[in-house]
Amino acid sequence: MRLITPLLLVLALWHGQSLAGIETRQFESPQQEKDYKELVFELRCLVCQNQNLADSNAELAVDLRNEVFRMLKEGKSKQEVLDFMVARYGNFVLYKPPVDRATSLLWFGPVIMLAIGLLIVIVFIRRHRNRPGEDNPDEVIPEDDF
Amino acid sequence: MKAKFLIPLVLFIALTVLLGIGLGLNPKEVPSPLVGKPAPRLSLPALDDPERIVTTEEFLGKPWLLNVWATWCVSCRAEHHLLVELSKHTNVPIVGLDYKDEADAAKQWLRQLGNPYVVTAFDEQGRIAIDWGVYGTPETYVIDKDGIIRYKQIGPIDAKALQEKILPLIKQLQEEAA
Repeated sequence: MRLITPLLLVLALWHGQSLAGIETRQFESPQQEKDYKELVFELRCLVCQNQNLADSNAELAVDLRNEVFRMLKEGKSKQEVLDFMVARYGNFVLYKPPVDRATSLLWFGPVIMLAIGLLIVIVFIRRHRNRPGEDNPDEVIPEDDF
Repeated sequence: MKAKFLIPLVLFIALTVLLGIGLGLNPKEVPSPLVGKPAPRLSLPALDDPERIVTTEEFLGKPWLLNVWATWCVSCRAEHHLLVELSKHTNVPIVGLDYKDEADAAKQWLRQLGNPYVVTAFDEQGRIAIDWGVYGTPETYVIDKDGIIRYKQIGPIDAKALQEKILPLIKQLQEEAA
C-alpha cells in the first residue's frame, strides 16, 4: 500500500505527458520541439472543447497537430501558427485569449471584484471605528455614564 | 435601511439571470471569424470526376451555398432531405464538400438520398476544410456574389433555420446580385 500510492501518482502525472506524443515526430531542433509542444498545449480542440490539441484524440485534433508540425517545419514562427488558427477558428482556439475589448472583463474582472471587496471591507471597518458602543455590543460601557 | 437589506437579493437575482443565460447558450457553436470575410480558396477534385477541379472562382457573381457533409455523419443524413428540397425550390447553387470520406460510399449516398449539389468537392484529407474553419459536420456557408461568407450554419439545417435565416438571406443576396 505504501508503494502503490506514489506509483499511482507517478502514473497519473505521466499520462498527460505521454499523450502529447501520440505521433512520432522528427524535429529539426530542440527549439522546434519546444514550440510544437507549447502550441499543442495552448490550442484548444474544437471537437472536445475542454481538451487541448495535445490531449485530444479527435480526428480534427490529429489533423491540426499535423498542421502545426507542418507549419513549424516550413519555418513558420509560433505566432504565425497561432494567427493561422485564430483566422480559421477565432480566439476560441486559444486557451490564453488576447486582451481586447471582448475579453477585458475576463482579464480585469477578478481585479475589479477584489477592489470592490476591499472597498466594502474598508467602509465597514471605518463605520465600526466611528461609532463605538453602537455597533459593538462587546464593548463595556462604564456604569458611571448612566 | 430597507433598501440595504434588498441588495444581496438583487445581486443574487442578477447573477442567477446571468448564469441562466449562460446555460441557455450552446457551447458547441463557436462563431466563425470568417463570416464577413472572403471565402477561402477551394481547389479540390470533384467527387464524381477526379479530373475536374472545383474552385471557388467558378461560383463568383451569384450567391451560393457550401455544405460540408460526410457519409459517416449522422446529422448530415438528418438535414439531407432539406437540402434536396432547397435545390428543387430555389435556383441557388449548393456546392457539396465531402469531408474525410470514402468516394464510393459518398457516391452511393447521393444515389440513394438524392443529389442536391451542383457539384461535390471531395476533401479526402480534410485539409481544405481546415482553411474554412470546419470543426464538425454538417456545416453550411452562405456566400454572396462577391465571394464573401455572409452566414455559417453550424450543425444540421432544420426547418426553422431554413425559414428564418437561410432562405431570407438567399433572397436578399439574390436581390443584391440582380
